[in-house]
Amino acid sequence: MTPPRGSLERRKARAAWWFLAPALILLAVFFVIPVGAGLLLSLTDFDVYAIGSPKTARFVGLSNYAHLLQDPTFWQAARNTMTFVIIGGPLSLSVSLAAALLLNSKAIRLRGLFRTIYFAPVVTTLVSVAIVWRYLYHPKYGLLNYLLGLVNVGPIDWLGDPHYAMPAIIFLAVWKNFGYNMLIFVAGLQVIPQDLYEAAALDGAGPLKRFRHVTLPGLAPTFLFVSVTTMIGFFQVFAEPYVMTQGGPLGATRTLVLYMYEEGFRWWRMGVSSAVAVLLLMITLVGTLLQMRAAKRSEA
Amino acid sequence: MSARPYRGRRNTAKATSMILLHVVLIIGAMATLVPLGWMVAASFMTAGEANSLPPRLIPSHPTWDNYVTMFTRLDLLKHFLNSAIVTVAATLLSVLVNSLAGYAFAKLPFPGRERIFKGMAAALVVPAQVGMLPLFLLLRQMGLVNTYAGVIVPYMASIFGIFMIRQYALSIPDDLLDAARVEGAGEWAVFRLVALPVIKPILVTLAAFTFLSAWNDFMWPLIILADSGMYTLPVALANLVGEHVQDTELMMAGSVVTILPALGVFLVFQRAYVQGIMSGGVKG
Repeated sequence: MTPPRGSLERRKARAAWWFLAPALILLAVFFVIPVGAGLLLSLTDFDVYAIGSPKTARFVGLSNYAHLLQDPTFWQAARNTMTFVIIGGPLSLSVSLAAALLLNSKAIRLRGLFRTIYFAPVVTTLVSVAIVWRYLYHPKYGLLNYLLGLVNVGPIDWLGDPHYAMPAIIFLAVWKNFGYNMLIFVAGLQVIPQDLYEAAALDGAGPLKRFRHVTLPGLAPTFLFVSVTTMIGFFQVFAEPYVMTQGGPLGATRTLVLYMYEEGFRWWRMGVSSAVAVLLLMITLVGTLLQMRAAKRSEA
Repeated sequence: MSARPYRGRRNTAKATSMILLHVVLIIGAMATLVPLGWMVAASFMTAGEANSLPPRLIPSHPTWDNYVTMFTRLDLLKHFLNSAIVTVAATLLSVLVNSLAGYAFAKLPFPGRERIFKGMAAALVVPAQVGMLPLFLLLRQMGLVNTYAGVIVPYMASIFGIFMIRQYALSIPDDLLDAARVEGAGEWAVFRLVALPVIKPILVTLAAFTFLSAWNDFMWPLIILADSGMYTLPVALANLVGEHVQDTELMMAGSVVTILPALGVFLVFQRAYVQGIMSGGVKG
């Protein structure tokens, strides 16, 4: 009675396409095609007039890119974004790892409660907490300056001083995000075999040595995953500067995505804006490849 | 096992380090909670009280006034409903679309499966912003700018969601599916009656993920919604803070209303949510 093997395979394959169709069509229409169109759009002078009549848009080759590479605002946005990624990313990962190590030690009481508390900022709404932190950073009434004043520091004009605005935004991002990678590190720590620690202890390795020679190598795959995903996410920073500083003061917190948003949706220079997005994609790709290569090299 | 005379000292050292560990944990927990605690406290303060020196952590005369103003004069309920409609619709559609696709990737072999799968993994690196401008123009052509559907569109199919379901569906025993086939069940019945009950836990996880990301999202609704009456909570809030930046207490009430549903959903579905993150990271 069972149908021959080949026909069952065919039946499964046919069903697979039906099951996949909704997802693949949606991804194609609303993601793949727009991304491809984004690449093309970046080669045109699509602007506010072209929205009404797309025919007025012309192919301009790479001139949007040439324009951007000579535009100091673009370079400032690129620098700000790199600062956010290069300082904020590792800082966030360090806090995540530290929190994971704390939670992982055996005799902790109320482990679940601490884990929930540390994770809570992750699920909060970014816009809301950015507004909260805007007040916490208030130069006169903010809680942060009050606490710093108790130890005779400041007052610092966190969001008004170009030197402090980006650090302030990084600090918020670390507070908001560290819980996510903390959980991934906790999971990574749990799969490191306990024997390895015991063997290292028998060999006379202290806690620091065990951390360096057992914990860190054991976490290597986790590290690659969290550093790549964190980097990709951090490259796209937008809501924090939009809500807290509007990119100011003096452009000190204008990031690439904020710049892209302003060009595209405030001034409707969609060609230039797409070029910013494509450059962001290329930077992200380079960053990802560099990290994967670094991970491979440290493995060898 | 250790030599006896050292035992007492070692125990005190151990106890000290345990206390130290908990002190550090508590300091960390306070640092994490203070911004949220202050938000809640300030939302119950009378006008101007949040801007006093030294800063107050507890309202002297707790009041609901800020919430009342938010829901009456500033029409927060409308934005709350906008958010709720968009989020619930996005969650249901995402679970439906992605569970079908994830199951197919895990359990229904077809030619080209590996290649499509690898292509999707590579696409995870592409920032969504690259497609945002053309997507906006496309939805404009389709008449979906300034509609709920326009907001929902990007959340429906998610590569991340498909991967999550696939990973879990791999564990469904093939024998179970084949047994149903032998009894004459079609592929749809096999999925609905056999596979779906098995992958239910991961559907809850995916639903929680989608709910939170749709509820909290800012950039896309900001772009696609033109009319302030359609704004979701985060967009409305970002808009309000422009004109009401002096009204700290009022803005904090708005922030609480925005954060509370997200936090609530997380606390209820915490187990599913946390497991989703932890399994994704290790296998990823």
